[in-house]
Amino acid sequence: MDNKKKLSIVCFSGDFDKAVAIFTIASGAAAVGYEVNLFFTFWGFNIIKKKRYRHFLGTGFLARVFNFLMGGFMNLPLSRLNLFGFAPKIMTYMMRKRNVATLNELLQASIDLGVNFYACEMSMVILGMKLEDFIPQIKGVLGVAKFLETAEGGQILFIS
Amino acid sequence: MKASLDITKEHCPMTFVKTKLALSKLSKGDILEVLLAKGEPLENVPKSVTEQGYKVLSIEHIEGDIYKVVIEK
Repeated sequence: MDNKKKLSIVCFSGDFDKAVAIFTIASGAAAVGYEVNLFFTFWGFNIIKKKRYRHFLGTGFLARVFNFLMGGFMNLPLSRLNLFGFAPKIMTYMMRKRNVATLNELLQASIDLGVNFYACEMSMVILGMKLEDFIPQIKGVLGVAKFLETAEGGQILFIS
Repeated sequence: MKASLDITKEHCPMTFVKTKLALSKLSKGDILEVLLAKGEPLENVPKSVTEQGYKVLSIEHIEGDIYKVVIEK
């Protein structure tokens, strides 16, 4: 276990295209035998919220409005040329047509291959969120120290 | 047991992902026959399964760009 190759990704972005990058690398690495840890923080929460559409989540007025504006998995914008939210749908259509795995398929593959999902403690506090607000695959809530410990001895990527 | 998998239409990373998931459903000693395309899948799928301790028994050219890789778990 200890000599297993390891990759830890800080998922800061909540953009559609960057989420595709996250789960492409994560599922590919897990498939070739890496231990993979995904550490979701701030905008990245939009990828792993249990509610996949816009929803007033969290505690406190500002947090609830902010979470609504941030949206969920089905509202992830393209980082460029978002076309008022149409671009991710067009992109998914193009991916399907060309037989490339869609974001949802890549996420599912990562789950099936045993990729570890974690959420950032500080961002959860800011946004008034609880572990139950996320998909059940989130294994735990980590701070920086625990993240570094988890990532130790492997490679780290930061996707912003 | 013998299982088969066709990943000729798949692209990275689903070529590895589907191979790995198919292998994970098998028991030690079982055989998985994978149909794949030449290029990236043919170069990397046998290599990655070997690295993970599985055994590539044969690589056979089927037709055109299609190859069959036989893997023992």
